[in-house]
Amino acid sequence: MPPPDVHAAAATAGPMLRAQDVHKRYRHEDVLKGIDLEVASGEVLCLIGPSGSGKSTFLRCINHLERIDAGRLYVDGALVGYRERGDCLYEMHPREICRQRADIGMVFQRFNLFPHLTVLQNVIEAPLRVRREAKAEATERARALLARVGLADKADAYPSRLSGGQQQRVAIARALAMRPKLMLFDEPTSALDPELVGEVLGVMRGLREDEMTMIVVTHEMAFARDAADTVAFMDAGVIVESGPPAEILSHPRHERTRGFLARVIGVRA
Amino acid sequence: MTRVVPLRRPWLWLGSAVVVVLAALLAVSIYRNPNIQHGVILQYQFAPAILAGLRTTVLLALLAAVIGAVLGVLLAVMRLSASPVLRLASGFYTWLLRGTPLLVQILIWGNLALLFEHIGPFRTNDLLTPFVASVIALGLNEGAYMAEIVRAGIIAVDRGQNDAALALGMSHQLALRRIILPQALSVIMPPAGNQFISLLKATSLVSVIAGGDMLTAAENISSANLHTIELMLVATFWYLVLTTIASLGQHYIERRLGKSGVGIHATS
Repeated sequence: MPPPDVHAAAATAGPMLRAQDVHKRYRHEDVLKGIDLEVASGEVLCLIGPSGSGKSTFLRCINHLERIDAGRLYVDGALVGYRERGDCLYEMHPREICRQRADIGMVFQRFNLFPHLTVLQNVIEAPLRVRREAKAEATERARALLARVGLADKADAYPSRLSGGQQQRVAIARALAMRPKLMLFDEPTSALDPELVGEVLGVMRGLREDEMTMIVVTHEMAFARDAADTVAFMDAGVIVESGPPAEILSHPRHERTRGFLARVIGVRA
Repeated sequence: MTRVVPLRRPWLWLGSAVVVVLAALLAVSIYRNPNIQHGVILQYQFAPAILAGLRTTVLLALLAAVIGAVLGVLLAVMRLSASPVLRLASGFYTWLLRGTPLLVQILIWGNLALLFEHIGPFRTNDLLTPFVASVIALGLNEGAYMAEIVRAGIIAVDRGQNDAALALGMSHQLALRRIILPQALSVIMPPAGNQFISLLKATSLVSVIAGGDMLTAAENISSANLHTIELMLVATFWYLVLTTIASLGQHYIERRLGKSGVGIHATS
């Protein structure tokens, strides 16, 4: 079986993600206070930081699961969720937002597989209903993707029969079935038993080999160190510093980063 | 080998004996009551007029249940929508139809001709026959109750399911139809089954507008032969048959929903 193609080519030569001064508030609380960030095509970015720092919220803004209150987010050169005319931003028609989301894969902390569908049905549901692919073709690709994440034999099982690590690998296959340009991972291993973390990170390392653009919110410092091209440290709604993992994780410039790393690595050691 | 001796429960046995004796006494007192003519019951139990009424009762309940289910999903989705106008409209509907007696609603629909003599080019009484008025009154009322049941079912589905569906590029409608509602079903079915059993019995209220149901038929006969209790017992028998079948159906559906592993807790 040929290896499944997992991502579509970028439409433009520019960065895959560009965030400019992104703000988000919930009622009276500023969650994001001006995020500026660029992620190149094929780059792996790990977002680290204390809980409540806005990492997950930022990730959810990228595919417009959350509306932003100010700033601009571009994915592959296209403004997310809005259309710019003159100096006004008009929110898009839901249909267009769906089209944008279809090109952005997302993996959740709690997997969020559809419990009433089998593993195979989970993977082909969106290709069939959103992309309107032929069933035979979608099924063939789904089986190849499941083989790729090491779960070819689980195609007909229901999610409740799988371990957390297996569920998360299915969730990754489900996202890949849409041939995304960009993959978002929201703490993909945080809900897993420690011995199951490795199999999920292994699949993600494989995606990196295929030059998938990935933004990963994670507490796995070892993964950030050896799989990320860039590590960005977020705290209290801003990106405090970002750079190559060796620099950020070993020689952080900011006191807040140092404090966070001391706590995290202290816990791990 | 060691023997396991279960705890003895003498009071349980005594209580059961008392219940059995009381039930037997009640049955005997009804059976030997000279005011009840068993022949009349047997004569009408399968009478064509009663059976025709039975058919109408079943038809009324099924039609009202279908209207109620469709309306209930619609109202529940409106109640959970982002639009304040839709939320308010749905809330008002539920408030009005749950807040007034079904009997009053049936009487209003049955007598609508007093309010509007014509609906468009038609005479109201030609359009709203007692049967049609009954279906509308029961269906609209059922919708208000189903709305709350469906809403509770939708809310019970983990929010992450909607996130995952939207993240895959599904529209809200598609996510609702393919992902949310199928999972909500296991929460919706038990109260919806109860609701259907209530509806089966509530159809009897349409006898006040001569809706043509089984109770209307029984009353028509008893007003002629004055055997009121006998004909109510005839009707009672058939209502029990209907609700028993409905209960068995509910039990069967719930077991099937349980078996397929479709539960809202299945992911954890």
